[in-house]
Amino acid sequence: MTMTAPASAPDRSPLTPPTAAPARRRRRTTTSRIGWAYASPTAALVLSLFVVPIGIVFFMSGSDWSLLGGNQGTNFPENFTQVLAHRQFWPSVRFTLLYTVIATVLLIGLGLGLALVVQVTSRWSGLLRTAFLLPTALGLASASLLFYALYSPQVGPVSRWLEQLGLTEGVVSILGSPAGALWGTVFLIVWRFAGFYMLLLLVGLQNIPGDVYEAAKLDGARAWQTFRSITLPLLRPSLALSTIMCVTGSLLAFDQFYILTKGGPDSSTMTVVQLIYNLAFESKRDLGMAAALSVITLLALVVVNVFQLRAMRGSSES
Amino acid sequence: MNARTSRLGFRTPYYVLTAGLAIVFLYPLIWTTVSSVSPQAGSAQVEGLGFNNYATLASYQAGLPHYLGNSLAISLVTVAVTLLAATFGGYAFARFSFPGKNALFLVTLSILMVPYATLLIPLTIWLKMLGLNNTLVGVGLVLAVFQLPFATFMMRISFEGVPKEIEEAAKMDGCGSFGALRRVLVHAVKPGLITIGLFAFLAAWNDFMVPLFLVGGENQPLPLALVNMRQQVMGVIDYGSTQAGVVVLTIPCVLLFLLLQRHYVNGFMSGALKG
Repeated sequence: MTMTAPASAPDRSPLTPPTAAPARRRRRTTTSRIGWAYASPTAALVLSLFVVPIGIVFFMSGSDWSLLGGNQGTNFPENFTQVLAHRQFWPSVRFTLLYTVIATVLLIGLGLGLALVVQVTSRWSGLLRTAFLLPTALGLASASLLFYALYSPQVGPVSRWLEQLGLTEGVVSILGSPAGALWGTVFLIVWRFAGFYMLLLLVGLQNIPGDVYEAAKLDGARAWQTFRSITLPLLRPSLALSTIMCVTGSLLAFDQFYILTKGGPDSSTMTVVQLIYNLAFESKRDLGMAAALSVITLLALVVVNVFQLRAMRGSSES
Repeated sequence: MNARTSRLGFRTPYYVLTAGLAIVFLYPLIWTTVSSVSPQAGSAQVEGLGFNNYATLASYQAGLPHYLGNSLAISLVTVAVTLLAATFGGYAFARFSFPGKNALFLVTLSILMVPYATLLIPLTIWLKMLGLNNTLVGVGLVLAVFQLPFATFMMRISFEGVPKEIEEAAKMDGCGSFGALRRVLVHAVKPGLITIGLFAFLAAWNDFMVPLFLVGGENQPLPLALVNMRQQVMGVIDYGSTQAGVVVLTIPCVLLFLLLQRHYVNGFMSGALKG
């Protein structure tokens, strides 16, 4: 739903009468003034709480700006070099990328699987859709708190299940080891978002015309062949959109790690956005460095998305 | 084996498998709800079923009603501002031509591309300059801005889907553009309004990160207060009251979801279709 807004919007009021030129011009300036009047709440919000803050963050990233002391003059490019040299910078980048790959592969894979399961129209699949979608109505913070209790060895059942399955020695704290913290968080995210990607891919599935399948059936194609050479290629736009959304969301992961692991154990699950928060409010209390990392994150995200959009366009042309 | 039994033989694993999946998705919700009223060590509910965890939550610091009130106030500001800006904005983008129109629309959509954190760091400073630091209105406004790309886009396509004749008939009857909007068009775009209102409410009600950066103390909404409550009891964590809090936060979301499921699904679909 990003950049492909309907470009053929009606650019001219239908009321412009074919009269003399000055009258038409006057009418046109009036309509454009009315248009601006209607757009002004949007413009005011976007300007004051989006454009100006973006400007400020660039300014802050070049300033010596502590949380309590405020602006203390220029500090360019030290904020950036300090961030790049920070001992948690590269580990957080590496962890964020690892998490993004795992979350995206699982969410898109499971989302596609669920979409295939519920695509038939029946009462039962309607119920299934509701069940899979229900977690998406929860807030990410509520869901994280829920799983925090679910994973706790004191009150939650999961630790005991893992022991009974022989996966752990005794009842251990799931979030207590780096691998457990990562996979525990991944499971939470898959639970919370799988229904969302199911829905996106379901739209794509339903847009594939039925006669294509008919033709394949007449040609004697097997189910797997049909899936691989018809469903997947025709689903590409939906898959690409889902992937872009999932990658962007995962690269910016914050709430789930802040609540479940606080970046631990031993900073092993520190994401980039968590490091921004940490630099600003916890370890350094340095808004300049936090702003510098925010700018780096913004630029990286723009590059990643331009790359993804280009790959998507390339694949839909071929 | 006739066709009917072979179909049943094929269908049974399908039902078992999908029912199992549905249980995996529903289990955490059921577990929290049941646990919040069940006896657990280290919580206010030590034996028997009961609502002691909810009682703990009700009297925690400023009290549950206070934090719920904060959440509600933030959500109201976000929903009202989103509906207002997106209705007028969508109308402007769909029906008028004015200089800078496409630029404004693109800038509005580009909010999607910018990480929350990149805006929240400068907003901690900027809201102070505006006199909105540590206020519920400030949080509500910021959350409304994050809703704008989806809401503006949705309302633009909603207005574009309304036949122009309807509007012209209203103007013939002597309505100005505002009269036509208020008396006629708003009814025609109602499904869009319900969808963006629902999404704005769910996002604002559940948001954790924006209040974490921008407010504290008395002004915390419920999700933030719950997370802080869990951290303040060091050593022994009171999982019972956390679970009760999750239930309180979740009930309105689940009710709205079940009531407005069609609009909820349509919101996602319109995004997917136009993408």
